[in-house]
Amino acid sequence: MQWESWSAFWNMGGAGFFVWGSYGLTFALVALELVLVFQRRKDTVNRLLRWRKAVGRNGSGVGAGKESPGESRAIP
Amino acid sequence: MSRPDRGPSILRFAAPQNFYPLAGRLAPWFAGAAALLTLAGLWLSFFVAPTDATQGEVYRVIFIHVPAAWMSMFVYLVMAFWSAVGLVMNTRLSFLMSQALAPTGAMFCVVALWTGALWGKPTWGTYWVWDARLTSQALLLFLYLGFIALTRAIEDPRRADRAGAIIALVGAVNVPVIYFSVKWWNTLHQGASVSLTKAPSMATTMLAGMLVMAVAAWAYTLAVVLWRVRSMILERERHTEWVGAELMREALRQGGRA
Amino acid sequence: MLSAFFAVLRRDLLLAWRGRADVLVTLAFFVIVVCLFPFGVGAEANLLRTIAPGVLWVAALLACLLSLHRLFAQDHADGTLEQLLLSSEPAVLWVTAKVLAFWLTTGLPVVVVAPVLGMLLDLEQGAYPALVISLVLGTPILALLGAVGAALTLGLRGGGMLLALLVLPLFVPVLIFGAGAVEAELSGTGATAHLLLLGGGLAGALALAPWACVAALRVSTE
Repeated sequence: MQWESWSAFWNMGGAGFFVWGSYGLTFALVALELVLVFQRRKDTVNRLLRWRKAVGRNGSGVGAGKESPGESRAIP
Repeated sequence: MSRPDRGPSILRFAAPQNFYPLAGRLAPWFAGAAALLTLAGLWLSFFVAPTDATQGEVYRVIFIHVPAAWMSMFVYLVMAFWSAVGLVMNTRLSFLMSQALAPTGAMFCVVALWTGALWGKPTWGTYWVWDARLTSQALLLFLYLGFIALTRAIEDPRRADRAGAIIALVGAVNVPVIYFSVKWWNTLHQGASVSLTKAPSMATTMLAGMLVMAVAAWAYTLAVVLWRVRSMILERERHTEWVGAELMREALRQGGRA
Repeated sequence: MLSAFFAVLRRDLLLAWRGRADVLVTLAFFVIVVCLFPFGVGAEANLLRTIAPGVLWVAALLACLLSLHRLFAQDHADGTLEQLLLSSEPAVLWVTAKVLAFWLTTGLPVVVVAPVLGMLLDLEQGAYPALVISLVLGTPILALLGAVGAALTLGLRGGGMLLALLVLPLFVPVLIFGAGAVEAELSGTGATAHLLLLGGGLAGALALAPWACVAALRVSTE
Protein backbone atom coordinates (compact mmCIF):
# COMPACT_ATOMS: atom_id res chain seq x y z
CA MET A 1 0.00 0.00 0.00
CA GLN A 2 1.50 3.30 -1.02
CA TRP A 3 -0.90 5.88 0.37
CA GLU A 4 -0.18 7.20 3.83
CA SER A 5 -3.73 8.26 4.43
CA TRP A 6 -7.06 8.68 2.68
CA SER A 7 -6.46 12.37 2.30
CA ALA A 8 -3.19 11.64 0.53
CA PHE A 9 -5.10 9.27 -1.71
CA TRP A 10 -7.70 11.87 -2.62
CA ASN A 11 -5.05 14.53 -3.04
CA MET A 12 -3.11 12.44 -5.58
CA GLY A 13 0.09 14.36 -5.02
CA GLY A 14 -1.64 17.63 -5.84
CA ALA A 15 -3.19 16.31 -9.05
CA GLY A 16 -6.45 15.26 -7.48
CA PHE A 17 -8.57 17.50 -9.69
CA PHE A 18 -7.12 16.07 -12.89
CA VAL A 19 -7.14 12.42 -11.85
CA TRP A 20 -10.57 12.45 -10.21
CA GLY A 21 -11.95 14.69 -12.92
CA SER A 22 -10.94 12.09 -15.48
CA TYR A 23 -12.28 9.10 -13.58
CA GLY A 24 -15.37 10.97 -12.49
CA LEU A 25 -16.47 11.94 -15.99
CA THR A 26 -15.64 8.50 -17.37
CA PHE A 27 -17.79 6.68 -14.85
CA ALA A 28 -20.52 9.29 -15.11
CA LEU A 29 -20.66 8.73 -18.88
CA VAL A 30 -20.67 4.97 -18.45
CA ALA A 31 -23.51 5.21 -15.95
CA LEU A 32 -25.40 7.58 -18.22
CA GLU A 33 -25.00 5.26 -21.18
CA LEU A 34 -26.28 2.31 -19.17
CA VAL A 35 -29.28 4.28 -17.93
CA LEU A 36 -30.10 5.41 -21.46
CA VAL A 37 -29.78 1.90 -22.85
CA PHE A 38 -32.19 0.45 -20.28
CA GLN A 39 -34.49 3.40 -20.72
CA ARG A 40 -34.53 2.74 -24.42
CA ARG A 41 -35.35 -0.91 -23.83
CA LYS A 42 -38.30 0.03 -21.66
CA ASP A 43 -39.51 2.68 -24.09
CA THR A 44 -39.25 0.32 -27.04
CA VAL A 45 -41.16 -2.46 -25.31
CA ASN A 46 -43.94 -0.16 -24.10
CA ARG A 47 -44.25 1.66 -27.40
CA LEU A 48 -44.38 -1.57 -29.39
CA LEU A 49 -46.93 -3.06 -27.01
CA ARG A 50 -49.19 -0.05 -27.47
CA TRP A 51 -48.65 -0.20 -31.21
CA ARG A 52 -49.55 -3.88 -31.45
CA LYS A 53 -52.68 -3.25 -29.45
CA ALA A 54 -53.60 -0.54 -31.90
CA VAL A 55 -53.03 -2.58 -35.04
CA GLY A 56 -54.64 -5.80 -33.88
CA ARG A 57 -54.59 -8.56 -31.34
CA ASN A 58 -52.29 -11.14 -32.84
CA GLY A 59 -49.90 -8.54 -34.14
CA SER A 60 -50.00 -9.68 -37.74
CA GLY A 61 -52.40 -6.94 -38.69
CA VAL A 62 -49.78 -4.78 -40.24
CA GLY A 63 -50.94 -1.80 -42.22
CA ALA A 64 -54.15 -1.32 -40.29
CA GLY A 65 -53.92 2.40 -40.56
CA LYS A 66 -50.91 2.72 -38.30
CA GLU A 67 -47.81 1.41 -39.98
CA SER A 68 -45.21 2.81 -37.65
CA PRO A 69 -45.26 2.94 -33.88
CA GLY A 70 -43.46 6.27 -34.05
CA GLU A 71 -39.76 6.07 -34.37
CA SER A 72 -37.65 6.57 -31.30
CA ARG A 73 -34.99 9.04 -32.22
CA ALA A 74 -33.17 9.16 -28.91
CA ILE A 75 -29.42 8.79 -29.19
CA PRO A 76 -29.01 5.54 -27.23
CA MET B 1 -39.27 -11.86 -42.89
CA SER B 2 -37.78 -14.50 -40.67
CA ARG B 3 -35.28 -16.90 -42.02
CA PRO B 4 -35.42 -20.64 -41.34
CA ASP B 5 -32.86 -22.15 -39.01
CA ARG B 6 -29.83 -23.48 -40.79
CA GLY B 7 -28.86 -26.15 -38.32
CA PRO B 8 -26.31 -25.61 -35.63
CA SER B 9 -24.01 -23.49 -37.76
CA ILE B 10 -22.81 -20.16 -36.44
CA LEU B 11 -24.65 -18.49 -39.31
CA ARG B 12 -27.83 -19.33 -37.47
CA PHE B 13 -27.18 -16.33 -35.29
CA ALA B 14 -27.22 -14.03 -38.29
CA ALA B 15 -31.00 -14.30 -38.03
CA PRO B 16 -32.30 -11.65 -35.62
CA GLN B 17 -34.74 -13.95 -33.84
CA ASN B 18 -31.90 -16.30 -32.97
CA PHE B 19 -29.47 -13.59 -32.07
CA TYR B 20 -31.89 -11.74 -29.84
CA PRO B 21 -32.09 -14.35 -27.04
CA LEU B 22 -28.39 -15.12 -27.38
CA ALA B 23 -27.55 -11.44 -26.87
CA GLY B 24 -29.86 -11.36 -23.88
CA ARG B 25 -28.11 -14.34 -22.33
CA LEU B 26 -24.57 -13.12 -23.01
CA ALA B 27 -24.86 -9.44 -22.08
CA PRO B 28 -25.15 -9.90 -18.29
CA TRP B 29 -22.06 -12.07 -18.28
CA PHE B 30 -20.07 -9.47 -20.14
CA ALA B 31 -21.41 -6.78 -17.83
CA GLY B 32 -20.39 -8.83 -14.78
CA ALA B 33 -16.95 -9.42 -16.24
CA ALA B 34 -16.64 -5.71 -16.98
CA ALA B 35 -17.53 -4.80 -13.40
CA LEU B 36 -15.06 -7.27 -11.89
CA LEU B 37 -12.29 -6.31 -14.27
CA THR B 38 -12.88 -2.63 -13.62
CA LEU B 39 -12.55 -3.19 -9.89
CA ALA B 40 -9.36 -5.20 -10.41
CA GLY B 41 -8.05 -2.56 -12.82
CA LEU B 42 -8.79 0.27 -10.41
CA TRP B 43 -7.05 -1.58 -7.64
CA LEU B 44 -4.00 -2.11 -9.84
CA SER B 45 -4.09 1.50 -11.01
CA PHE B 46 -4.30 3.11 -7.60
CA PHE B 47 -2.78 0.71 -5.13
CA VAL B 48 -0.27 -1.43 -6.97
CA ALA B 49 1.18 0.72 -9.74
CA PRO B 50 3.96 2.91 -8.33
CA THR B 51 4.19 6.67 -8.60
CA ASP B 52 5.71 7.70 -11.89
CA ALA B 53 9.17 9.11 -11.48
CA THR B 54 8.72 12.05 -13.86
CA GLN B 55 5.00 12.75 -13.87
CA GLY B 56 4.04 11.99 -10.31
CA GLU B 57 0.52 10.80 -9.58
CA VAL B 58 -1.25 12.47 -12.47
CA TYR B 59 -0.08 9.76 -14.85
CA ARG B 60 -2.76 7.52 -13.30
CA VAL B 61 -5.11 9.02 -15.85
CA ILE B 62 -3.58 6.74 -18.49
CA PHE B 63 -5.37 3.77 -16.99
CA ILE B 64 -8.55 5.08 -18.55
CA HIS B 65 -7.12 7.37 -21.19
CA VAL B 66 -5.23 4.75 -23.17
CA PRO B 67 -7.90 2.02 -23.02
CA ALA B 68 -10.54 4.57 -24.05
CA ALA B 69 -8.44 5.73 -27.00
CA TRP B 70 -7.82 2.14 -28.05
CA MET B 71 -11.49 1.29 -27.78
CA SER B 72 -12.60 4.35 -29.74
CA MET B 73 -10.43 3.31 -32.67
CA PHE B 74 -11.15 -0.37 -32.38
CA VAL B 75 -14.91 0.17 -32.20
CA TYR B 76 -14.75 2.19 -35.42
CA LEU B 77 -12.94 -0.66 -37.14
CA VAL B 78 -15.54 -3.15 -35.91
CA MET B 79 -18.27 -0.80 -37.11
CA ALA B 80 -16.68 -0.65 -40.55
CA PHE B 81 -16.32 -4.44 -40.51
CA TRP B 82 -20.02 -4.99 -39.79
CA SER B 83 -20.90 -2.40 -42.39
CA ALA B 84 -18.87 -4.24 -45.01
CA VAL B 85 -20.41 -7.56 -43.98
CA GLY B 86 -23.85 -6.00 -44.24
CA LEU B 87 -23.25 -4.56 -47.69
CA VAL B 88 -21.71 -7.75 -49.05
CA MET B 89 -23.86 -10.42 -47.41
CA ASN B 90 -27.00 -8.33 -47.11
CA THR B 91 -27.58 -9.25 -43.47
CA ARG B 92 -29.81 -6.85 -41.57
CA LEU B 93 -28.26 -7.74 -38.24
CA SER B 94 -24.81 -6.51 -39.32
CA PHE B 95 -26.14 -3.02 -39.97
CA LEU B 96 -27.85 -3.01 -36.59
CA MET B 97 -24.60 -4.05 -34.93
CA SER B 98 -22.66 -1.22 -36.52
CA GLN B 99 -25.34 1.27 -35.49
CA ALA B 100 -25.42 -0.09 -31.97
CA LEU B 101 -21.65 0.29 -31.70
CA ALA B 102 -21.50 3.94 -32.76
CA PRO B 103 -22.73 5.66 -29.56
CA THR B 104 -20.36 3.62 -27.41
CA GLY B 105 -17.46 4.39 -29.72
CA ALA B 106 -18.31 8.08 -29.59
CA MET B 107 -18.52 7.86 -25.80
CA PHE B 108 -15.01 6.40 -25.63
CA CYS B 109 -13.83 9.15 -27.97
CA VAL B 110 -15.16 11.79 -25.59
CA VAL B 111 -13.56 10.02 -22.64
CA ALA B 112 -10.21 9.84 -24.44
CA LEU B 113 -10.36 13.55 -25.32
CA TRP B 114 -11.48 14.63 -21.87
CA THR B 115 -8.90 12.58 -20.00
CA GLY B 116 -6.26 13.66 -22.51
CA ALA B 117 -7.05 17.28 -21.77
CA LEU B 118 -7.00 16.76 -18.02
CA TRP B 119 -3.74 14.90 -18.30
CA GLY B 120 -2.26 17.53 -20.56
CA LYS B 121 -2.88 20.46 -18.24
CA PRO B 122 -0.50 19.45 -15.46
CA THR B 123 1.93 17.68 -17.81
CA TRP B 124 2.26 20.19 -20.66
CA GLY B 125 0.68 23.17 -19.00
CA THR B 126 -2.26 23.34 -21.39
CA TYR B 127 -5.53 21.50 -21.82
CA TRP B 128 -5.20 21.12 -25.53
CA VAL B 129 -2.30 20.85 -27.90
CA TRP B 130 -2.69 20.33 -31.62
CA ASP B 131 -0.90 17.07 -31.25
CA ALA B 132 -1.36 14.50 -33.99
CA ARG B 133 -3.06 12.03 -31.70
CA LEU B 134 -5.39 14.46 -30.01
CA THR B 135 -6.34 16.02 -33.32
CA SER B 136 -7.04 12.70 -35.02
CA GLN B 137 -9.04 11.66 -31.99
CA ALA B 138 -11.19 14.76 -32.36
CA LEU B 139 -11.69 14.04 -36.06
CA LEU B 140 -12.63 10.45 -35.21
CA LEU B 141 -15.31 11.83 -32.90
CA PHE B 142 -16.66 13.85 -35.84
CA LEU B 143 -16.71 10.71 -37.97
CA TYR B 144 -18.77 8.98 -35.27
CA LEU B 145 -21.12 11.94 -35.00
CA GLY B 146 -21.53 12.07 -38.76
CA PHE B 147 -22.40 8.38 -38.86
CA ILE B 148 -24.91 8.70 -36.03
CA ALA B 149 -26.45 11.85 -37.51
CA LEU B 150 -26.78 10.30 -40.97
CA THR B 151 -28.37 7.05 -39.81
CA ARG B 152 -30.81 9.02 -37.67
CA ALA B 153 -31.68 11.57 -40.34
CA ILE B 154 -32.90 8.92 -42.79
CA GLU B 155 -36.44 7.69 -42.14
CA ASP B 156 -36.39 4.59 -44.31
CA PRO B 157 -34.50 1.94 -42.29
CA ARG B 158 -33.20 0.16 -45.36
CA ARG B 159 -31.68 3.33 -46.74
CA ALA B 160 -30.40 4.36 -43.31
CA ASP B 161 -28.61 1.03 -42.92
CA ARG B 162 -26.88 1.18 -46.26
CA ALA B 163 -26.05 4.88 -46.22
CA GLY B 164 -24.53 4.47 -42.75
CA ALA B 165 -22.53 1.49 -43.91
CA ILE B 166 -21.12 3.42 -46.86
CA ILE B 167 -20.08 6.40 -44.77
CA ALA B 168 -18.55 4.08 -42.14
CA LEU B 169 -16.44 2.43 -44.82
CA VAL B 170 -15.44 5.73 -46.41
CA GLY B 171 -14.45 6.93 -42.95
CA ALA B 172 -12.47 3.78 -42.24
CA VAL B 173 -10.50 4.22 -45.46
CA ASN B 174 -9.83 7.82 -44.46
CA VAL B 175 -8.83 7.26 -40.84
CA PRO B 176 -5.23 6.27 -41.67
CA VAL B 177 -4.99 9.09 -44.22
CA ILE B 178 -6.23 11.54 -41.62
CA TYR B 179 -3.87 10.23 -38.99
CA PHE B 180 -0.78 10.42 -41.17
CA SER B 181 -1.65 13.79 -42.62
CA VAL B 182 -2.22 15.23 -39.17
CA LYS B 183 1.02 13.71 -37.99
CA TRP B 184 2.91 15.22 -40.91
CA TRP B 185 1.27 18.60 -40.35
CA ASN B 186 2.03 18.41 -36.65
CA THR B 187 5.72 17.67 -37.07
CA LEU B 188 6.01 20.57 -39.50
CA HIS B 189 4.26 23.06 -37.28
CA GLN B 190 5.15 22.14 -33.78
CA GLY B 191 8.56 20.65 -33.93
CA ALA B 192 9.17 18.27 -31.09
CA SER B 193 7.80 20.50 -28.36
CA VAL B 194 5.39 17.84 -27.20
CA SER B 195 5.97 14.18 -27.59
CA LEU B 196 3.37 11.72 -26.56
CA THR B 197 5.01 8.94 -28.48
CA LYS B 198 8.06 8.60 -26.30
CA ALA B 199 6.52 6.46 -23.64
CA PRO B 200 8.66 6.49 -20.56
CA SER B 201 9.81 3.03 -19.61
CA MET B 202 6.75 1.64 -17.99
CA ALA B 203 6.65 -0.47 -14.90
CA THR B 204 5.07 -3.88 -15.45
CA THR B 205 2.36 -3.14 -12.94
CA MET B 206 1.44 0.00 -14.86
CA LEU B 207 1.14 -1.98 -18.06
CA ALA B 208 -0.88 -4.65 -16.26
CA GLY B 209 -3.29 -2.02 -14.94
CA MET B 210 -3.75 -0.59 -18.40
CA LEU B 211 -4.36 -3.98 -20.00
CA VAL B 212 -6.88 -5.02 -17.36
CA MET B 213 -8.75 -1.76 -17.85
CA ALA B 214 -8.65 -2.29 -21.61
CA VAL B 215 -10.18 -5.76 -21.27
CA ALA B 216 -12.80 -4.27 -18.95
CA ALA B 217 -13.63 -1.69 -21.61
CA TRP B 218 -14.05 -4.51 -24.13
CA ALA B 219 -16.40 -6.42 -21.89
CA TYR B 220 -18.37 -3.27 -21.16
CA THR B 221 -18.68 -2.45 -24.85
CA LEU B 222 -19.90 -5.97 -25.64
CA ALA B 223 -22.49 -5.84 -22.88
CA VAL B 224 -23.87 -2.42 -23.67
CA VAL B 225 -23.89 -3.00 -27.42
CA LEU B 226 -25.71 -6.31 -27.06
CA TRP B 227 -28.30 -4.66 -24.84
CA ARG B 228 -28.72 -1.81 -27.27
CA VAL B 229 -28.97 -4.05 -30.31
CA ARG B 230 -31.77 -5.98 -28.61
CA SER B 231 -33.94 -2.88 -28.55
CA MET B 232 -33.06 -2.15 -32.16
CA ILE B 233 -33.97 -5.70 -33.20
CA LEU B 234 -37.36 -5.42 -31.51
CA GLU B 235 -37.97 -2.16 -33.30
CA ARG B 236 -37.00 -3.46 -36.71
CA GLU B 237 -38.68 -6.87 -36.41
CA ARG B 238 -41.85 -5.53 -34.85
CA HIS B 239 -43.99 -7.04 -37.62
CA THR B 240 -42.90 -10.60 -36.86
CA GLU B 241 -44.62 -13.18 -34.72
CA TRP B 242 -41.66 -13.82 -32.47
CA VAL B 243 -41.40 -10.18 -31.46
CA GLY B 244 -45.09 -10.32 -30.60
CA ALA B 245 -44.47 -13.31 -28.35
CA GLU B 246 -41.44 -11.65 -26.81
CA LEU B 247 -43.40 -8.47 -26.11
CA MET B 248 -46.16 -10.48 -24.42
CA ARG B 249 -43.58 -12.19 -22.23
CA GLU B 250 -42.04 -8.83 -21.40
CA ALA B 251 -45.45 -7.41 -20.55
CA LEU B 252 -46.11 -10.27 -18.14
CA ARG B 253 -42.74 -9.73 -16.56
CA GLN B 254 -43.56 -6.07 -16.04
CA GLY B 255 -46.60 -7.03 -14.01
CA GLY B 256 -49.38 -7.78 -16.45
CA ARG B 257 -49.82 -4.46 -18.23
CA ALA B 258 -50.83 -5.44 -21.85
CA MET C 1 -18.78 3.90 -73.56
CA LEU C 2 -16.97 7.19 -73.35
CA SER C 3 -19.75 8.81 -75.34
CA ALA C 4 -21.94 8.61 -72.23
CA PHE C 5 -19.18 10.31 -70.28
CA PHE C 6 -18.96 13.19 -72.72
CA ALA C 7 -22.70 13.43 -73.17
CA VAL C 8 -23.24 13.87 -69.42
CA LEU C 9 -20.30 16.22 -69.18
CA ARG C 10 -21.59 18.39 -72.01
CA ARG C 11 -25.10 18.39 -70.59
CA ASP C 12 -23.99 19.40 -67.11
CA LEU C 13 -21.74 22.12 -68.44
CA LEU C 14 -24.57 23.44 -70.57
CA LEU C 15 -26.90 23.44 -67.57
CA ALA C 16 -24.28 25.23 -65.53
CA TRP C 17 -23.88 27.79 -68.30
CA ARG C 18 -27.62 28.43 -68.33
CA GLY C 19 -27.54 28.85 -64.55
CA ARG C 20 -24.45 31.06 -64.52
CA ALA C 21 -25.71 32.93 -61.49
CA ASP C 22 -25.04 29.90 -59.26
CA VAL C 23 -21.42 29.82 -60.30
CA LEU C 24 -21.09 33.51 -59.65
CA VAL C 25 -22.66 33.12 -56.22
CA THR C 26 -20.06 30.48 -55.34
CA LEU C 27 -17.29 32.80 -56.46
CA ALA C 28 -18.75 35.74 -54.57
CA PHE C 29 -18.94 33.58 -51.47
CA PHE C 30 -15.28 32.65 -51.85
CA VAL C 31 -14.27 36.30 -52.22
CA ILE C 32 -16.37 37.46 -49.28
CA VAL C 33 -15.06 34.79 -46.93
CA VAL C 34 -11.50 35.76 -47.73
CA CYS C 35 -12.33 39.44 -47.28
CA LEU C 36 -13.81 38.76 -43.85
CA PHE C 37 -10.48 37.71 -42.42
CA PRO C 38 -8.80 41.11 -42.38
CA PHE C 39 -11.83 42.44 -40.51
CA GLY C 40 -11.55 39.61 -38.03
CA VAL C 41 -7.84 39.44 -37.36
CA GLY C 42 -6.80 42.97 -38.23
CA ALA C 43 -5.29 44.43 -41.38
CA GLU C 44 -1.68 44.07 -40.40
CA ALA C 45 0.20 43.03 -43.54
CA ASN C 46 2.60 40.62 -41.83
CA LEU C 47 -0.17 38.74 -40.12
CA LEU C 48 -2.25 38.55 -43.28
CA ARG C 49 0.73 37.29 -45.24
CA THR C 50 1.27 34.54 -42.69
CA ILE C 51 -2.29 33.32 -42.67
CA ALA C 52 -2.93 33.81 -46.40
CA PRO C 53 -2.36 30.19 -47.52
CA GLY C 54 -4.63 28.82 -44.82
CA VAL C 55 -7.32 31.43 -45.38
CA LEU C 56 -7.40 30.90 -49.13
CA TRP C 57 -7.58 27.15 -48.70
CA VAL C 58 -10.26 27.21 -46.04
CA ALA C 59 -12.33 29.60 -48.13
CA ALA C 60 -11.94 27.40 -51.23
CA LEU C 61 -12.99 24.38 -49.17
CA LEU C 62 -16.08 26.13 -47.82
CA ALA C 63 -17.05 27.38 -51.28
CA CYS C 64 -16.84 23.82 -52.54
CA LEU C 65 -18.81 22.51 -49.56
CA LEU C 66 -21.62 25.00 -49.98
CA SER C 67 -22.09 24.25 -53.65
CA LEU C 68 -22.00 20.46 -53.22
CA HIS C 69 -25.74 20.13 -52.75
CA ARG C 70 -26.17 21.30 -56.36
CA LEU C 71 -24.29 18.27 -57.64
CA PHE C 72 -27.20 15.83 -57.64
CA ALA C 73 -30.18 17.74 -56.24
CA GLN C 74 -31.55 18.98 -59.56
CA ASP C 75 -31.22 15.61 -61.28
CA HIS C 76 -32.76 13.91 -58.28
CA ALA C 77 -35.73 16.26 -58.28
CA ASP C 78 -36.58 15.86 -61.98
CA GLY C 79 -35.93 12.12 -62.14
CA THR C 80 -32.89 12.28 -64.41
CA LEU C 81 -30.82 10.57 -61.78
CA GLU C 82 -33.02 7.49 -61.66
CA GLN C 83 -33.04 7.29 -65.44
CA LEU C 84 -29.28 7.44 -65.48
CA LEU C 85 -29.02 4.75 -62.81
CA LEU C 86 -31.39 2.53 -64.77
CA SER C 87 -29.53 3.00 -68.01
CA SER C 88 -27.07 0.40 -69.20
CA GLU C 89 -24.19 2.86 -69.22
CA PRO C 90 -21.62 2.16 -66.50
CA ALA C 91 -22.65 4.42 -63.64
CA VAL C 92 -19.09 5.11 -62.55
CA LEU C 93 -18.41 6.86 -65.85
CA TRP C 94 -21.24 9.32 -65.80
CA VAL C 95 -20.82 9.97 -62.08
CA THR C 96 -17.21 10.89 -62.81
CA ALA C 97 -18.42 13.11 -65.64
CA LYS C 98 -20.84 14.86 -63.31
CA VAL C 99 -18.12 15.42 -60.71
CA LEU C 100 -15.80 16.72 -63.40
CA ALA C 101 -18.45 19.13 -64.65
CA PHE C 102 -19.04 20.21 -61.07
CA TRP C 103 -15.37 20.86 -60.58
CA LEU C 104 -15.09 22.77 -63.85
CA THR C 105 -17.91 25.05 -62.78
CA THR C 106 -17.00 25.58 -59.12
CA GLY C 107 -13.44 24.42 -58.46
CA LEU C 108 -11.85 25.91 -61.54
CA PRO C 109 -13.29 29.43 -61.06
CA VAL C 110 -12.02 29.34 -57.47
CA VAL C 111 -8.57 28.35 -58.71
CA VAL C 112 -8.60 31.25 -61.17
CA VAL C 113 -9.69 33.81 -58.62
CA ALA C 114 -7.47 32.60 -55.76
CA PRO C 115 -4.28 34.38 -56.97
CA VAL C 116 -6.15 37.69 -57.13
CA LEU C 117 -7.28 37.20 -53.54
CA GLY C 118 -3.72 36.23 -52.69
CA MET C 119 -2.74 39.75 -53.70
CA LEU C 120 -5.34 41.17 -51.33
CA LEU C 121 -3.68 39.25 -48.52
CA ASP C 122 -0.21 40.27 -49.72
CA LEU C 123 0.85 36.70 -50.41
CA GLU C 124 4.48 36.58 -51.48
CA GLN C 125 5.19 36.39 -55.20
CA GLY C 126 6.98 33.06 -55.14
CA ALA C 127 4.05 31.25 -53.58
CA TYR C 128 1.57 31.73 -56.43
CA PRO C 129 2.57 28.69 -58.51
CA ALA C 130 2.34 26.47 -55.44
CA LEU C 131 -1.04 27.99 -54.54
CA VAL C 132 -2.49 27.40 -57.99
CA ILE C 133 -1.08 23.91 -58.43
CA SER C 134 -2.17 22.83 -54.94
CA LEU C 135 -5.69 24.11 -55.65
CA VAL C 136 -5.76 22.42 -59.06
CA LEU C 137 -4.81 19.11 -57.46
CA GLY C 138 -6.74 19.54 -54.23
CA THR C 139 -10.15 20.89 -55.17
CA PRO C 140 -10.97 17.87 -57.38
CA ILE C 141 -10.38 15.67 -54.32
CA LEU C 142 -12.83 17.84 -52.41
CA ALA C 143 -15.35 17.45 -55.22
CA LEU C 144 -14.90 13.66 -55.35
CA LEU C 145 -15.19 13.14 -51.59
CA GLY C 146 -17.99 15.66 -51.39
CA ALA C 147 -19.89 13.84 -54.11
CA VAL C 148 -20.13 10.77 -51.88
CA GLY C 149 -21.54 12.89 -49.06
CA ALA C 150 -23.91 14.68 -51.42
CA ALA C 151 -25.16 11.34 -52.74
CA LEU C 152 -25.73 10.00 -49.22
CA THR C 153 -27.66 13.04 -48.02
CA LEU C 154 -29.75 13.33 -51.18
CA GLY C 155 -33.21 14.63 -50.43
CA LEU C 156 -32.81 14.62 -46.65
CA ARG C 157 -34.25 17.34 -44.48
CA GLY C 158 -31.43 19.41 -43.04
CA GLY C 159 -29.12 17.76 -45.53
CA GLY C 160 -26.82 20.76 -45.76
CA MET C 161 -25.53 20.67 -42.19
CA LEU C 162 -25.40 16.89 -42.29
CA LEU C 163 -23.35 17.01 -45.46
CA ALA C 164 -20.90 19.39 -43.77
CA LEU C 165 -20.59 17.12 -40.74
CA LEU C 166 -20.00 14.10 -42.97
CA VAL C 167 -17.40 15.49 -45.33
CA LEU C 168 -15.47 18.11 -43.36
CA PRO C 169 -13.44 15.55 -41.39
CA LEU C 170 -12.59 13.89 -44.70
CA PHE C 171 -11.45 17.23 -46.12
CA VAL C 172 -8.85 17.77 -43.40
CA PRO C 173 -5.97 15.91 -45.11
CA VAL C 174 -6.55 17.87 -48.32
CA LEU C 175 -6.49 21.11 -46.37
CA ILE C 176 -3.31 20.11 -44.60
CA PHE C 177 -1.42 19.27 -47.75
CA GLY C 178 -2.92 22.08 -49.81
CA ALA C 179 -2.21 24.91 -47.41
CA GLY C 180 0.97 23.10 -46.39
CA ALA C 181 2.26 23.22 -49.96
CA VAL C 182 2.01 27.00 -50.07
CA GLU C 183 3.56 27.39 -46.64
CA ALA C 184 6.38 25.02 -47.49
CA GLU C 185 7.11 27.09 -50.60
CA LEU C 186 7.18 30.22 -48.46
CA SER C 187 9.45 28.71 -45.84
CA GLY C 188 11.89 27.60 -48.52
CA THR C 189 11.58 23.83 -48.16
CA GLY C 190 9.75 23.54 -51.47
CA ALA C 191 6.24 22.36 -52.17
CA THR C 192 7.15 19.25 -54.16
CA ALA C 193 6.49 16.72 -51.42
CA HIS C 194 3.10 18.22 -50.59
CA LEU C 195 2.10 18.42 -54.21
CA LEU C 196 3.12 14.84 -54.85
CA LEU C 197 1.02 13.71 -51.90
CA LEU C 198 -1.89 15.74 -53.18
CA GLY C 199 -1.46 14.15 -56.58
CA GLY C 200 -1.43 10.72 -54.98
CA GLY C 201 -4.54 11.65 -53.03
CA LEU C 202 -6.23 12.75 -56.24
CA ALA C 203 -5.35 9.47 -57.94
CA GLY C 204 -6.67 7.51 -54.97
CA ALA C 205 -9.86 9.56 -54.75
CA LEU C 206 -10.40 9.22 -58.50
CA ALA C 207 -10.05 5.46 -58.22
CA LEU C 208 -12.30 4.94 -55.18
CA ALA C 209 -14.72 7.82 -54.73
CA PRO C 210 -16.82 7.29 -57.91
CA TRP C 211 -17.59 3.72 -56.85
CA ALA C 212 -18.61 4.81 -53.37
CA CYS C 213 -20.63 7.59 -54.95
CA VAL C 214 -22.49 5.20 -57.24
CA ALA C 215 -23.23 2.87 -54.33
CA ALA C 216 -24.49 5.86 -52.33
CA LEU C 217 -26.69 7.05 -55.19
CA ARG C 218 -28.24 3.61 -55.55
CA VAL C 219 -28.94 3.50 -51.81
CA SER C 220 -30.46 6.97 -51.84
CA THR C 221 -32.72 6.53 -54.84
CA GLU C 222 -34.07 3.02 -54.45
